[in-house]
Amino acid sequence: MSYLIKGARPYGEDAADILVEDGRIAAVGESLSAAGAEVVDGAGLVALPGLVDLHTHLREPGREDAETVETGSRAAALGGYTAVHAMANTDPVADTAGVVEQVWRLGRDAGLVDVVPVGAVTVGLRGERLAELGAMADSAARVRVFSDDGHCVSDPALMRRALEYVKALDGVVAQHAEEPRLTAGAQMHEGDRSARLGLTGWPAAAEEAIIARDVLLAGHVGARLHVCHVSTSGSVEILRWAKGRGVQVTAEVTPHHLLLTDECAESYDPVFKVNPPLRTDADVEALRVGLAEGVIDAVATDHAPHAVEDKETEWASARPGMLGLEQALSVVVATMVETGLLDWRGVADRMSARPAAIGRLDGHGRRLAPGEPANLLLLDPGTRAAVDPAALASRSRNSPYAGRELPGRVVATFLRGEATVLDGKATR
Amino acid sequence: MKRHLLESADLDRADATLVLDTAAQIDAALAGREVKKLPTLRGRTVVNLFFEDSTRTRISFELAAKRLSADVINFSAKGSSVSKGESLKDTALTLEAMGSDAIVVRHHASGAPHRLATWVRGSVVNAGDGTHEHPTQALLDAYTIRQRLGRLEGVRVAIVGDVLHSRVARSNVRLLATLGAEVTLVAPPTLLPVGVGSWPAEVSYDLDAVLPKADVVMMLRVQAERMNASFFPSAREYSRRYGLDARRMGALGDEAIVMHPGPMNRGMEIAAEVADSVRSTIVEQVGNGVSVRMAVLYLLLGGNEPA
Repeated sequence: MSYLIKGARPYGEDAADILVEDGRIAAVGESLSAAGAEVVDGAGLVALPGLVDLHTHLREPGREDAETVETGSRAAALGGYTAVHAMANTDPVADTAGVVEQVWRLGRDAGLVDVVPVGAVTVGLRGERLAELGAMADSAARVRVFSDDGHCVSDPALMRRALEYVKALDGVVAQHAEEPRLTAGAQMHEGDRSARLGLTGWPAAAEEAIIARDVLLAGHVGARLHVCHVSTSGSVEILRWAKGRGVQVTAEVTPHHLLLTDECAESYDPVFKVNPPLRTDADVEALRVGLAEGVIDAVATDHAPHAVEDKETEWASARPGMLGLEQALSVVVATMVETGLLDWRGVADRMSARPAAIGRLDGHGRRLAPGEPANLLLLDPGTRAAVDPAALASRSRNSPYAGRELPGRVVATFLRGEATVLDGKATR
Repeated sequence: MKRHLLESADLDRADATLVLDTAAQIDAALAGREVKKLPTLRGRTVVNLFFEDSTRTRISFELAAKRLSADVINFSAKGSSVSKGESLKDTALTLEAMGSDAIVVRHHASGAPHRLATWVRGSVVNAGDGTHEHPTQALLDAYTIRQRLGRLEGVRVAIVGDVLHSRVARSNVRLLATLGAEVTLVAPPTLLPVGVGSWPAEVSYDLDAVLPKADVVMMLRVQAERMNASFFPSAREYSRRYGLDARRMGALGDEAIVMHPGPMNRGMEIAAEVADSVRSTIVEQVGNGVSVRMAVLYLLLGGNEPA
């Protein structure tokens, strides 16, 4: 199947035609024609490289009632993604070659995005001893990102060894930065609002202390460190300092931390409960500036589907996490593009090129240019619509954006030249 | 009045004053009567939904509803469908289907009454949620202060103890500020929440400096187990620095009163001779609790005119 996209604007710049053939971008130029190609009207649409998510929870195996690799893949494709990293905190945990290969195969069978498994750093995410990182790296799943996400690798000696060990695998340890002794029972950002709401506070220092420790360790052993879901202004400062010193550290921020604050907790609606928690206006501002500067490398969704019964509860009993795949690009448009902090090339860099580089995904995050793999999306940036959780492709409904009007609609997504989304609908 | 009483901030000054005035009228109406019962809520159903053991608060609400002639159902989480895994929402919908007009809820999770209020049509009264609020306790405390001192405006109230974990403190700070009192929180810094600076209250670490200026000293219950998490080194040290004993009571002004929401830890935050002194309002608080809760139920269910 070949496609001729007429009149789309690559990176939001001058309109051009894009010819997609044999899984690659065959040509980019004016007035292209191709016999037999399906024509896609790209007028008014922005063309971007397919997005890459470093942080997705697909819940399979174990919680197929909340999400499956297939439903999560569909949500990802609808969000403009062509590759997602599937976090390891499944049941069983993705801490062996067997489990990561299972997830990888489920992704290949679904065929909507490249599902790239993340391997657990430690056996069972227990933080006691290293999982067989080499076996996962050598498996068909080609794991390069290792994370105990949901749990912090809090033991400093174990973290040091993990950082060192993955050097041999060209891997990276993606740290969930949360000092567990400082966050026992924590429910929301610790500050004025937690004091008033009577919800146990999650201090910014619990994140910043781990990031500070880990950048020192990564610098000391010369290893790659990636910091998951950075949420505080202090974390941005530490990352800026570490990058200035030449530490090989990268970091991600979630869409929800770019948009929402702890004010959302006032309702006690656990759809806003997430870990790390929603922070303050000042943190949101610092995260946006950090992302614009490149101190924060990537936007990653931390898409975390939960069954209704795990969210329709009192706040303290609810599981943390929120959906993100289908609205991530819209949130970035609202918080970064419409505010003038990032242009479309910047969006492509933070949501495609850099995350692909961090995950060592050769076929993703490439330029929109002839000869490159045809992983791309078409976005209608002008449309604004209120988010309707019932209309989401995810199996879960815990969207924090319910009822909120957001800009931008993904019209089409192509994975290696095949349309996974056309006219805003998944093709399979 | 709003439909629910979830936190002190639900009451503006006029509402709060109306509750206190209504409680006073109820007291006057029942004073000297042999049959302590009003017909106001006949045919209405009040459910006491208690997820946490609290005999005194439950009994107080039960008595309040019964004195207003309401039908009262006591639903305790222990030994009920809740212990079999029923969710708060399903419990709420069940009670709703049975025709409850008001749900009085005590829950270990902060915000549970707020969630409940989104699922039911009747009124929800917060009878204590986690470490958040306990608004009827604050109302009965305000009622007691007004009864003893004759006013609330400008009254200087010291709230002493485990503010961090105290729903009583949160409700009192908000309500007393609404009613014009001046609150000072006294505690070791470990037992004050980060963010306390945004509350309408002064903060002090020094009980001895605050006592001579206080019209009201409200002692909070402090659990000795807190020392296991290093909130303070030992019960003895806590008591020495923040306990109200006879010597400290001597520093109080002549008219000053001593309050405690109960249950007390005698010898920990309060000495027996203080608890049993003429300054102590602890027993009055219990009696006033019934009157104030009658007023709240009456105003939420019966109407907005004074009884």
